[in-house]
Amino acid sequence: MRKEESVTEQLKETLTPDRKERKNLISLLQEIQESLGYLPREAMTELAKFLEMPAVRVYSVATFYNQFRFTSIGKYPIQVCLGTACHLRGGKLILQEFERQLGIKVGETSQDGNFSLERVACMGCCMLAPVVRIGGRAPAVKIGDKIYPKMTPFRVDEISVPYKQEIEKERSEEEQIPQ
Amino acid sequence: MTFKELTNRAKSEWEALQSSTHILVGTATCGRAAGAMETVRAFEEELKRRNIEVKVIEVGCMGLCYAEPLIAISRPESLRVVYHHMTQEFVPRLVEGYIISDDPCLELALGTFEVGEEGEAPYIPELPRFEKELRLVLRRCGYIDPENINHYLANDGYRGLENALKMRPEEIIEEIKKSGLRGRGGAGFPTGLKWEICHSYSASPKYIVCNADEGDPGAFMDRIVLESDPQQVIEGMIIGGYAIGADEGYIYIRAEYPLAVERVKVALQQAEKLGFLGDNILSSGFGFRINLATGAGAFVSGEETGLMAAIEGETSEPRPRPPYPAESGLWGKPTALNNVKTFANIHLIVERGADWFASIGTEKSKGTALFSLAGKIKDSGLTEVPMGTTIHEIVYDIGDGILNDRQFKAVQIGGPSGGMIPANLQNTPIDFDSLTSIGSMMGSGGFIVMDEDDCAVDATCFFVDFITKESCGKCTPCRVGNLQMLKVLENITNGKGKMEDIDFLLELAEDIKGGSLCALGGTAPNPVLTSIRYFQDEYEAHVLEKRCPAKVCTNLTAYWILQEKCDRSCEHCVLTCPTEAIGGGVGKAKHIDQEKCVNCGTCRDVCPPEYDAVVKLSPISLLPLEDFAAKEKAVTKAIGESET
Repeated sequence: MRKEESVTEQLKETLTPDRKERKNLISLLQEIQESLGYLPREAMTELAKFLEMPAVRVYSVATFYNQFRFTSIGKYPIQVCLGTACHLRGGKLILQEFERQLGIKVGETSQDGNFSLERVACMGCCMLAPVVRIGGRAPAVKIGDKIYPKMTPFRVDEISVPYKQEIEKERSEEEQIPQ
Repeated sequence: MTFKELTNRAKSEWEALQSSTHILVGTATCGRAAGAMETVRAFEEELKRRNIEVKVIEVGCMGLCYAEPLIAISRPESLRVVYHHMTQEFVPRLVEGYIISDDPCLELALGTFEVGEEGEAPYIPELPRFEKELRLVLRRCGYIDPENINHYLANDGYRGLENALKMRPEEIIEEIKKSGLRGRGGAGFPTGLKWEICHSYSASPKYIVCNADEGDPGAFMDRIVLESDPQQVIEGMIIGGYAIGADEGYIYIRAEYPLAVERVKVALQQAEKLGFLGDNILSSGFGFRINLATGAGAFVSGEETGLMAAIEGETSEPRPRPPYPAESGLWGKPTALNNVKTFANIHLIVERGADWFASIGTEKSKGTALFSLAGKIKDSGLTEVPMGTTIHEIVYDIGDGILNDRQFKAVQIGGPSGGMIPANLQNTPIDFDSLTSIGSMMGSGGFIVMDEDDCAVDATCFFVDFITKESCGKCTPCRVGNLQMLKVLENITNGKGKMEDIDFLLELAEDIKGGSLCALGGTAPNPVLTSIRYFQDEYEAHVLEKRCPAKVCTNLTAYWILQEKCDRSCEHCVLTCPTEAIGGGVGKAKHIDQEKCVNCGTCRDVCPPEYDAVVKLSPISLLPLEDFAAKEKAVTKAIGESET
């Protein structure tokens, strides 16, 4: 999130007069989350004003759906699939292993803001179960938003390596810049 | 341009492609997860490096997801060859072999589309899988570019619509009724009847809604259809609009399918550009538009009234019926809401006739059924079979049997709303009524195979946990009842169950069924009812012996290193254990600290097969006394944590 701008400023592009209809509520929430990474309180109040409806209705709709987050997401969001096929093939063990390695619980973001951990209900890649999706762009992984198939608890560390290297690289580059 | 001109133009583009060497890469989500995008990129780079002009086309999924990344190389006047598991490292070899030289690399092939010489790769249509299948909805999937409407047009696309626009709406409805098509979303309501009711109301406007909120965890039929051949769904919706008298439609896709959303978006733009959407479609005077709405992740949005609430921008809370959506649906107007696969069948019925469609399937279930095969099955993926095909045929002939040749235990059809069908009922034909009669349901097409290593109680617990999380909370029996069922089931899997719990579950299940407004609540108890009906002995083992027969339930199972089998000099398990629970010291037999062990199974995975020293024990009382005490301590702690 670009901190220097106020939320109102940032929403200007999304909240255009032609979209002032009640039925656009969910898609507007989706777009706001897409650009800000989550739904800050101010954004929901702003949206309520825009659609001329009580803020509590906006909050009610936003909290109803699983997609919406109210805290910021990690730079590399991790989604562990716990659909039926992934469950049968040990998806829960993968989730627990991520929790141990990152020192966070599902639904949380690591303190340095790099990783967040979520469980999702099914990505539709059941033949490759259990699967994990890691978002965000890390040049070492070549493509952003990658799905890792046939996971085992042992591979959790292995697939995290390129992301950790990227974080490390950025940190050392930052340190090299003379103040 | 007229329809004929559009088709002719598309056909010449298609034929030009067929008469040139080209490469098809399956890039649906399943292919991508297996590395298909890396393969596409590798092909493009390799071809560029060698300065060769050959088209690389991204297609959808052929349904053979187990073999992804799947690619096909097509050369005019030579074999068309399909290759499986083609990750990027195989690319240079294929380019060298079959693009530059004449070696079709058959040792990498899954099969060929033409009959090759004896002893070469198999002829695809004669693979056992394809002999049992009947591909109608899937027939273009994996062969055409889903983002190129001309590929669709060149392969009979929009012919159904062209026919339909020459008919009266009543004639179309009559034809659909006569075909016997029943809704593919799960409940199986006759589509023609739904449309007729909708047609009979004079209110205006009316709406067509396509339900692509495939929320059943473990099902991916709609995803593959939309990612591989989206135009057929759009065509079905337009015909539906014409038949009921609607001029606007909505397609509601869950946001967890970003690629499907993208491909439908492109498909809608292209259809509009060629005049299949918009005003005066094919000079018929009829106009129709389709809007795309993306879901926000709620299972209950797949329920028809919940879905319409979501399109209106509300919380997806189902409302009582009647009035049914056909009378009062989206914004209170008559609405025909159907599943992706229902719409995908429409153009075929109009094009080939009701009698043709009615000749496929069983007496009361016509046409084909699509299933996504997953779980412990060898050849997982998507399949399309005539109604009436048995569970056995799907598991063994199409899916090639159980993974690692384990014992087939059960299949869960219809996801959290369906039932667990035991292996001894595998000769049950698959159709709407047979499945209902054994306590399951057709559902939208999830087909999860379980083997002897899967626990019926644990799987039931999983489904009830899912429903508890996804219940919208409107009806008390569903909101509170499912939570209560979950607690009882968790007690059983934790070894804290009592025999009377089983009767209590049965009683509660009936109450939830009867007391819920929508299908989510009404079908939620199915996994509980069927698993008790068919696997009561497993429940009893958990309760009476504190034993999980499949050794799945963590708190009833312990890992144990057989001291006499442990190599002593090997440290694989010690080094990989995530909680440093394994000790024993160099040169000594290894030992698991049961208090630290989290039952992840890594030690068993890494123990070299020649030693095979790690075993699972259930009940945990099989452990030596001291270890048993440690394990009990860990279990008490784990249960305490999960309860807070």
